[in-house]
Amino acid sequence: MNHVALVTEAIDVAALLARVSSPTVGAIASFLGTVRNVNDNRAVTGIEYSAYEEMAEREMRAIVAEAAAQVDGVPPRIAIEHRLGELSLGDVSVAIAVSHARRAPALDACRYVIEELKKRVPIWKREHYADGSRAWVDNRNTVGAVELPGVIG
Amino acid sequence: MRVGLRLFASYADALGTRSLDVTLADGATVRDALAYVRALPGASALPPAPLMAVNAEYAPLDQPLSHGDEVALIPPVAGG
Repeated sequence: MNHVALVTEAIDVAALLARVSSPTVGAIASFLGTVRNVNDNRAVTGIEYSAYEEMAEREMRAIVAEAAAQVDGVPPRIAIEHRLGELSLGDVSVAIAVSHARRAPALDACRYVIEELKKRVPIWKREHYADGSRAWVDNRNTVGAVELPGVIG
Repeated sequence: MRVGLRLFASYADALGTRSLDVTLADGATVRDALAYVRALPGASALPPAPLMAVNAEYAPLDQPLSHGDEVALIPPVAGG
């Protein structure tokens, strides 16, 4: 079973990997996003994540279905968790695990999921800086222009 | 008709609220809901074409609304 969740506690990466593990798979690809100590040359001390939770879960499920549909034959098994709330440096903000019989579909699906998540899933972050200030930041610099067909009009 | 409006992140900060219940004319579209928000104090901070959602799905501006819909303005996302 695929798995999508927003969580407020530390993500249990081993448990996430276990969700996609089985004797029929020969590869498990994983991606972890973590809180970095600098952004745009500013010293970051932490990040606060929030979401439109119903929509974020719905978009993540849609992305999982798209990733699975791109694989011929047996679909990959996919698990995603994104953390919300106050995170410290080094904390895991998002974890993705994808298993398949072969490595190429697992790696491809894992990459697809994180790239689409960064473009589409309604999650926001406010960075906290060493000087005590805070600012909303977004992914436009890292994923390029976001085009959602039929939305802009 | 009555619809619920939801604001998040920087948009919620700009308008000073996270949710509103508003009355729109029958036949109103997403564009009309956005126009309502644009008339509120603080709305000058919104971009020219914010992404919109209806009932937790991205929606075009010409999508018709129904009584009880939840319309959201979606700021540039930052997950990952």
